[in-house]
Amino acid sequence: MTEQTGRAKFLPRHLPSRELFAEGHRGCQGCGEALALRQLLEVAGPDTIVCSCTGCVEIISSPYPETAWRVPWIHVAFENAAAVAAGVEAGIKILRKKGRYPADRRINVIALAGDGGTADIGFQALSGALERWHDFTYICTDNEAYMNTGIQRSSSTPYGASTTTSPAGKISIGQQTQKKDMPMIVAAHDIPYVATCCPSYPLDLIKKARRAFETIGPTYLHVFCPCPVGWRHPSDMSVEIGRLAVKAGVFPLFEIADGKLKLNRKMDKRKPVVEYLETQGRFSHLKPEDVEEIQRRVDENYQRLVHRAECDAGGIDRSRH
Amino acid sequence: MGKRIGLEASLAVSEAVKMARADAVAAYPITPQTHIVEELSQMVADGDLDADFMVVESEHTAMSACCGASAVGARTFTATGGPGLALMHEMLYIASGLRLPIVMAIVNRAYSSPISIWGDHSDVMAQRDAGWIQFFAETGQEVFDLTIQAFKIAEDKRVLLPAAVNLDGFTLSHVIEPFDMPDQEEIDAFLPAYEPQVILDPDKPVTMGAVGFPEIYTEIKKQQNEALLGAYEVILEVWEGFEKAFGRAYHPVESYRTDDAEILISIAGSTACTARVAVDNMRDQGKKVGLVRTRLWRPYPFEETRAAVKGAKAVAVMDRCLSFGGPGGPICSELRSALYPLPEKPVVNSYIVGLGGRDITLQDFYTVVEDAERVLSEGPPDEYQYKMIGVRE
Amino acid sequence: MADEMPTWREYPMAAIILEPGSTAKYKTGDWRSRRPVLDSSKCLKSKCARCWIYCPDAARRVDEDGYFEVDLSHCKGCGICARECPPGAITMVEEGE
Repeated sequence: MTEQTGRAKFLPRHLPSRELFAEGHRGCQGCGEALALRQLLEVAGPDTIVCSCTGCVEIISSPYPETAWRVPWIHVAFENAAAVAAGVEAGIKILRKKGRYPADRRINVIALAGDGGTADIGFQALSGALERWHDFTYICTDNEAYMNTGIQRSSSTPYGASTTTSPAGKISIGQQTQKKDMPMIVAAHDIPYVATCCPSYPLDLIKKARRAFETIGPTYLHVFCPCPVGWRHPSDMSVEIGRLAVKAGVFPLFEIADGKLKLNRKMDKRKPVVEYLETQGRFSHLKPEDVEEIQRRVDENYQRLVHRAECDAGGIDRSRH
Repeated sequence: MGKRIGLEASLAVSEAVKMARADAVAAYPITPQTHIVEELSQMVADGDLDADFMVVESEHTAMSACCGASAVGARTFTATGGPGLALMHEMLYIASGLRLPIVMAIVNRAYSSPISIWGDHSDVMAQRDAGWIQFFAETGQEVFDLTIQAFKIAEDKRVLLPAAVNLDGFTLSHVIEPFDMPDQEEIDAFLPAYEPQVILDPDKPVTMGAVGFPEIYTEIKKQQNEALLGAYEVILEVWEGFEKAFGRAYHPVESYRTDDAEILISIAGSTACTARVAVDNMRDQGKKVGLVRTRLWRPYPFEETRAAVKGAKAVAVMDRCLSFGGPGGPICSELRSALYPLPEKPVVNSYIVGLGGRDITLQDFYTVVEDAERVLSEGPPDEYQYKMIGVRE
Repeated sequence: MADEMPTWREYPMAAIILEPGSTAKYKTGDWRSRRPVLDSSKCLKSKCARCWIYCPDAARRVDEDGYFEVDLSHCKGCGICARECPPGAITMVEEGE
């Protein structure tokens, strides 16, 4: 294993004394979303307002009378995290202008949604908020299905995955459509910063989150979050599976800053996707020819990204991270 | 003191929002609400209204963004009507559940299908139970006054609930009316700056919109209902203060020539103007007819309603909304419920009028009064529930 | 049980939660069937902190000597720390053993 957790940055004395996403949340054992949130909030810091959509994160973090949040947090509904964040951002902006909010205090306004809340039901609100150029960061924690309601397929569920509403059966391989490419759809709004990240690569995630929060204008982080329950893998594999997804090119780490795409890990030799797929029960029914088809698609997509990165003025970062 | 001008009712809403010094507006254009948001946009563009106007991609987002802005302490406004209000439906309940004092103008429009851009009350009646304070305006002046009052009522510490002002699409929204425009200083004196109680503040982090398990949900809803019921006293108090400051009196139910009336017409909205003329004409003919107009719809004014119809033999309730397969019009249903416990009560008849912008004429009022007279003398036929007036059979 | 719970008057408006991070009071350690045990002698001198950064439950604390001890009242026993520990200093042990 060559990737680093960055020893210098994680000296115990540098660690925060208090988690902003607190222990005692009701996330399942090995929850990739909870892990991602912890890391993201370390970067965001206390001057943050989180607008959460309905879903796992909302349920596990706010069981009245308890809350896992140590930053101000609001949940309104499922389909409107971006719209609520837009209102929060606009409200702060005008109150600041009118002298009723500290002038020099920058607040990270975060819209937080799962893949269903982003790629399906919250799609319109997201697009609208990006287009209106609100100064906020939209974070999609993608666990590739509606986990909170019981593992139903979303448009972010990958081809071949078995879910409760795209079950593998005698005449079906499960999900029959391709995963909606949210980062690219978001990037098409020409916002200043879009990035994919995964808590298995915390340094990469932290770097991207910091840039997203610091950037003025709309920014988007698409965070790959393994789900032991929904993906049917042992809870201790959550980090390893994220790593495999990246190494196999299933979930490439890249960022698009000011329109230029940069592949954060250029891998000349990727792991075969089967090594990723075989770790999870949701793919256990796939036949070799299905795996071949998935490999073909992954290769195609990865090559497209490499090509784009090369076209975008040598934006490939070959340094280790 | 202010000045007397002619002003379109829609623009009166915009003026009220400006004079209320709203901080944030989020809205999506829909006929017949457009004049309000166009005027607000112009005010912002000209620097006359110092607000953040989010021109959003749907009414759903409009209300969602209003929730966000209100949750950080901004005085927040939106306007919609008809299908736009329907699209907000889920958010309306959340706005009241989160106790966010958003103010909204509803320019009443029929629901599809068939698609109709014209007015009736189907839109607001479908949102009746959303936990909002709800008013019906009759005139442009009232639209202005109620909008100003709505901010004061909604933001009151004892209330903290959203409030909606209904104005009929086109027949009120697009009508130019004589109008007493107050001075900004007068409005400022009446409506001080909003002092939010709990906001999303990094210095004091709170969690809003938590999961409510069955053990607490009922208590939280009871709490919300008590706040809405309690808003009643605050509304009366605000109206008293308004009358002192501006000389215009407001009551939950407005009565016209009801003193010795045997038959009362009950209606909400701008149609009351026509109703008053009809009442005068019938009075000239010697008929003992009066008018009661619903101004406050939520919280429902039970006592005032009972007092307003006391002594009458019949009430002809004219609803601009039909509860399909139900007991007729919603205003009639609620009136019947309000009167049900009384030992002596008038006969209450339900009439459906003015759907999808159909004109409500003087003749319609004569027709319902004649029908009420017939019911009084002959009694209602067995199948009698409600009548649709003016429908071609 | 129901008798001891607050009346509608006693809840904060709209069930707004005023105490940040109050889930900390809830002991998710009960969920655990296996617990991580650290052999400090094997822990890297530099304290790589992987067990801390990869813990989804914020259940790792720095002790006086700079080691990451597990907060057993919140650790759910997912086992990520044991799997990710480079020198293999953490092992998962069945509860009750």
